[in-house]
Amino acid sequence: MTFDVNALRAEFPILSRKIDGKPLVYLDSAASTQKPQAVIDAITSFYTECNANVHRGAHALSDEATRRYEKARDSVSKFVNANRREEVIWTSGTTESINLVANGLAQRLDPNDEVVVTEMEHHANLVTWQQACEKAGATLKIAKINDAGELDIESFKDQLSERTRLVAFPHVSNALGTVNPIVELTQIAKSTGAWVLVDGAQGIAHGGVDVQAIGCDFYAFSGHKLFGPTGIGVLWGRFDVLNAWPVWQTGGEMISDVEYLSATWGALPNRLEAGTPNIAGAIGLGAAIEWFLQQDITALQQHEAQLIASAMEQGEAFEGMRLVGTAKNKIGVMSFLLDNAHPGDVGFILDRQGVAIRTGDNCAQPLMKRLGIGGTARASFSIYNTLEEVDALFAALRKAKSMLG
Amino acid sequence: MALPGSDEIIDDLAFFDDWEQRYQYIIDLGKQLPGLAEIDRTPDRLVKGCQSSVWLKVDKSDGQLHFDVDSDAVIVQGLLALVLAAYQDKSPAEILAFNIDAYFAELDLERHITPTRGNGLRAIVGKIRDTATQALN
Repeated sequence: MTFDVNALRAEFPILSRKIDGKPLVYLDSAASTQKPQAVIDAITSFYTECNANVHRGAHALSDEATRRYEKARDSVSKFVNANRREEVIWTSGTTESINLVANGLAQRLDPNDEVVVTEMEHHANLVTWQQACEKAGATLKIAKINDAGELDIESFKDQLSERTRLVAFPHVSNALGTVNPIVELTQIAKSTGAWVLVDGAQGIAHGGVDVQAIGCDFYAFSGHKLFGPTGIGVLWGRFDVLNAWPVWQTGGEMISDVEYLSATWGALPNRLEAGTPNIAGAIGLGAAIEWFLQQDITALQQHEAQLIASAMEQGEAFEGMRLVGTAKNKIGVMSFLLDNAHPGDVGFILDRQGVAIRTGDNCAQPLMKRLGIGGTARASFSIYNTLEEVDALFAALRKAKSMLG
Repeated sequence: MALPGSDEIIDDLAFFDDWEQRYQYIIDLGKQLPGLAEIDRTPDRLVKGCQSSVWLKVDKSDGQLHFDVDSDAVIVQGLLALVLAAYQDKSPAEILAFNIDAYFAELDLERHITPTRGNGLRAIVGKIRDTATQALN
């Protein structure tokens, strides 16, 4: 099967938009991916054909809504190769997934305990653990990265001890694009007996996530970075770990029996899903996954590798450009600084040319400080981007350079 | 170098017919704006936007307000020059009477002054107006 990027692009209605009369060059997929028509249709179909609450109606609409909603859970389960469907917990996104784990962890930490993260975390996988440690009086330890933005494995090992209770790290760095060796890291971390959480926010959209092969205890991701809607995400957790994890939000749906002064909890996955869920979001995410699984994922991965290789090659040759994050194994993201220009200025001049990028601290202020910078401009690439768009980015950057220089 | 006044800026910007010339003009204005010495860029004068930082220093004399501003982003600096063209060395009453939204609309730059834009410009305008209100009371 030959990969036809234009045929793929035709499935994403927004990609044919113009910005101030210029074709949109969307290079901000690490912030949020665009949605194929199949996802938009699934959401519309839910609201036009079977909108009702799930798991509680005594009528046809509720049955139909429940079927579609639980089918989406099956799609996620298959996509990440879960052991069983009850391991898939719906959340609002990566941030909430990590908060769910951190909230339970805080109740289980002793003051002598330690949690380990890395210098490359975005705020969602850092502040959450800071708070959990603070509540328990436990210690947060930070594994170092090198100047290329790769995790220093020796430093990672050095942070671990018999007091380590949980280790969290990103699958792929949102600011640098570094792909971490998550199987190896998980293996090392598990040798201490700690729980391992992989922040999959940036990893999931590249395909091939197999939680059983990784060996972690938790894998968190957002729907909107996987061609699905905003406001829906997933916490995958190993069944026995999740089953013993403290409940966090309480209320409807998650209970078994309720008295005025007490209650007992339901079974997984419901015990960790209080209240009416984001039904349309879950169905949209299920559709995104089914759509993704229909693609030739190996071809998509090769295409993505070509995009980042072309970007990095042109970036290295571009006079005055400093690339931030030059890991050998990287995907999806090129962060950079241009001469002495403020990233916000670069982003603005690009925007005027129809080229959409992210600028600023990339939601990773400590990482920016570690690298000795205030922020970066960040171009991020997804399966629907073209090599011509990479060229368009650099043409737009030449204009920015001449205007700001 | 004396910066142009608000009427002059409106005329100048109306003269350009493409975005590149308009923003080159704004960038050049930004480069001409003197900015603040590092010693004056104190935390209490910092107005933090999510993408760029802006400092504002206010001095009062003879019933007028004088502003010195600085930004780490040159386009924001240029936009601040446009803001100062409207407010510089005016009385608090004049400042409060000036319709900044209409001014930016006339410059066809209203996208920069929307509340959602994280560049600190709106916050600076708010601070200038607060200062004027306090000076009146």
